[in-house]
Amino acid sequence: MGSYIFRRLLIALPSLLGISVVLFTVLALAPGDPFEELATNPNVPAEVRLLLRAKFGLDDPIWQRYFRWLSAMMQGDWGFSFISRVDVDKLILQRVPVTLAVIGASQILALLIALPVGIYSAAKPYSWFDRIASTLAFIGFSLPTFFTGLLLIYLFSITLGWLPFVYSSDISATGWRWWWEQLRQSIMPVLVLGLFQAASWTRYVRSAMLDVIRLDYVTTARSKGLKERVVVMKHVVRNALIPVVTLVAMQMPAVFGGAIVTEQIFRIPGIGSLLIDAILRNDTPVIMAVTFVFACLVIIFNLIADLLYGWLDPRISYR
Amino acid sequence: MQEREIRELIEEVRVGKLPRRQFIGQLVALGLTAPMASMLLMHSGIAQAQPASTYKPTKRGGGGALKALWWQGATLLQPHFASGTKDQEGSRIFYEPLAVWDNEGNLIPILAAEIPTRENGGLSADGKSVTWKLKKGVNWHDGKPFTADDCVFTWEYARDPATAAITAGVYKDVKVDKIDSHTIKVTFAKATPFWASAFVAAEGMIIPKHLFAAYSGAKSREAPANLKPVGTGPYKFVEFKPGDVVRGEINMNYHMPNRPYFDSIEMKGGGDATSAARAVLQTGEYDYAWNLQVEDEVMKRMEAGGKGKVHVIESGDIEFIQLNPTDPFNEVDGERGSIKSKHFAFSEPAVREAMSLLADRKGIQEFIYGRTGVATSNFMNNPPRFRSPNTKWEFNIDKANQILDGAGWKRGSDGVREKGGKKMKFVFQTSVNSIRQKEQAVIKQACQKAGIDLELKSVTGAVFFSSDVANPDTYGKFWCDMQMYTTTMTQPDAERFMDQYTSWEISSKANKWLGRNICRYRSEEYDKTYRAGEQELDPVKRAALFIRLNDMVIKDNAVIPLITRPRARGANLKLVSTLSGWDLDFSTLQNWYRET
Repeated sequence: MGSYIFRRLLIALPSLLGISVVLFTVLALAPGDPFEELATNPNVPAEVRLLLRAKFGLDDPIWQRYFRWLSAMMQGDWGFSFISRVDVDKLILQRVPVTLAVIGASQILALLIALPVGIYSAAKPYSWFDRIASTLAFIGFSLPTFFTGLLLIYLFSITLGWLPFVYSSDISATGWRWWWEQLRQSIMPVLVLGLFQAASWTRYVRSAMLDVIRLDYVTTARSKGLKERVVVMKHVVRNALIPVVTLVAMQMPAVFGGAIVTEQIFRIPGIGSLLIDAILRNDTPVIMAVTFVFACLVIIFNLIADLLYGWLDPRISYR
Repeated sequence: MQEREIRELIEEVRVGKLPRRQFIGQLVALGLTAPMASMLLMHSGIAQAQPASTYKPTKRGGGGALKALWWQGATLLQPHFASGTKDQEGSRIFYEPLAVWDNEGNLIPILAAEIPTRENGGLSADGKSVTWKLKKGVNWHDGKPFTADDCVFTWEYARDPATAAITAGVYKDVKVDKIDSHTIKVTFAKATPFWASAFVAAEGMIIPKHLFAAYSGAKSREAPANLKPVGTGPYKFVEFKPGDVVRGEINMNYHMPNRPYFDSIEMKGGGDATSAARAVLQTGEYDYAWNLQVEDEVMKRMEAGGKGKVHVIESGDIEFIQLNPTDPFNEVDGERGSIKSKHFAFSEPAVREAMSLLADRKGIQEFIYGRTGVATSNFMNNPPRFRSPNTKWEFNIDKANQILDGAGWKRGSDGVREKGGKKMKFVFQTSVNSIRQKEQAVIKQACQKAGIDLELKSVTGAVFFSSDVANPDTYGKFWCDMQMYTTTMTQPDAERFMDQYTSWEISSKANKWLGRNICRYRSEEYDKTYRAGEQELDPVKRAALFIRLNDMVIKDNAVIPLITRPRARGANLKLVSTLSGWDLDFSTLQNWYRET
């Protein structure tokens, strides 16, 4: 096991390096300039822009810039944003708590809905419950989040006036009031993201369950006289969960990546909005850092998913 | 308007025959800015209007929180690095300049004890220097006194090329000397009629010497105060998250009595203009929203919610069409749109005139912009009360048809006009924006009736407005027949604005399409007049020259102005804000309060 993890991590290194080369080259070749705004502002002398470019090393050849970035990264220096001139790690750390809170909560909500609904639907296929759940799931994942987001805002903020639709990253209240305010502003974004995710996960759980529930060993378990509850929970669910675990694990990096559209609608200062702002302004160091962290997380969660397989299914071994 | 007429007008203001406001309005209508017009009066020794204070609160604080929404959040709080207004506004909460511009072009003192004039000895007779008296007893947020040293330092900091300050243009050609602890003298290299740019308005914010002295020049990025501003403003710094939020709390030692009213301020960023309008106008979640680029119809529906209203403030932004005088599709000397080539149709004055007649400005105003756009024929400003006598606009398809017939453009079998085998088919580009696409459609419709076929093209804003040399669709390249966008007059002095039609600014391959003359207008007379304006020391003569420049471009139909776009801001019904079209939204933040 230990050597397996070690080997996997070793393989990860060249792929990360490759990813960083591709990212850097694409960003360097992409059109645009972080000091665009200055070029079109007649009040700013052209030499200021040229000086800034020289100062931030934008005029050097791509390979030089890449190696400078790489060696700095190795030493834990993530560089600084061209736009706000703040260190990139600070910028990202500022955004992490909100992202984890909102996106994390929505993923948990999705799991809390998808697992019981999916399992119950599969245990009683084509029952009324299953049909209603399936219909709702189809509706859920066909409606894009920007639409449901606006719908909720229209309903709860404008028509009823119950909930705020501008997310505030830190609320001035303390104690219970803080929690109350936090809850009020988080409900809508969490619901939008959670229900969307739940809809597709419900379908996956259901079909994974149906694959397993018809197998012979389940019939055997039933004929032993085990209670239906025990059969489903102990014998079916554990086996059916294997593909679901992969799905969920692969979704985890997205928790870090944030949700670009939903963050925009509710003005949530998450990583997603940081990334989109950086892209729009050609802020290379920020884009590099966010996408690179994202790549690392994808690789790590892949590994975690593989390890979880072994725990769920002892037949799988690591060699 | 000639020099003599301007002098007469000034005289009328002096004797009280013409209200000052009206004078400024008239000059604004002719293409000058309100601050420039106000400067003319000051030079003639006419005192500024003393705007009556409308500030009601009788004690400092107690107003709760002021929540403002900026759909582009501030990304940095160092005013001399601020690349856009969002950053300048964020900095302005904490930092202050010596003086600001109000909506009528008056200079309002903030950190200055008084506005320099001839009478008080502030302005030298030769126009080469200004002496500012600073307000006494002002303290930085950390308790240190504000003195002339801070002003001198700000100048040194901003002019240092190693600092790479965005405001370098304002400070590099002036010299600042300390006279005594609370007096400074700004000296210009040559006589400068427009003297109020250093230490004034958005680019004039003064930074504390004791916190930045160690971080001037190459080390400018490392100053801790870049992220934790310490200024003299009405609010003290609490928190800053780039792109998200700026927070401040009341400065109990603020240098103006009974101000500020609010206990704290929050400037939240992100999202889009429409939902920002909604949060202020409809749900009242926020008190103030910046730059509402939203269709008027939508805003009216939101206002029906009864929580807030839209404030429309005149300023110098113009939506206009450029007609390409060069051949944008074929290379001449290895360059498309080369100045050596000629456009098959737009090189004819008659065709340009017809195009101008086909722009339905009134329709665009009424059906698309509403309150947020006013039909205009003037390249610069044109408030409805003072329509310029020099240029006029009309929408007349019949007349356009006559002109085109007369110029020998005959309709072909498909209804499209042609001459010498060339059909009147033009490509018309603009940025992607629902309002602009509607404008394009209005113009296409009118052109169709005149036998002109327009192919509409829209380019994503991020590409269109970029200066990317590799992209063929930037507005600077202008590789199509016509294009439309808004030009902004951000600077109070018109000199920088008018240089966008001089021949040396023509956008071309040689200057990487960064030249300001994008429509490639060329006129010897214009160049000569502009040069004369640059050299002119007498402010009145100079103003007259700039007005002539404006008229030249319009009469030639080189560009077709459509709409002036006043600034639209949303505010809570109870919020009393003083806004200026010539300065930042927060330029008089200390005077904002909420009616009870």
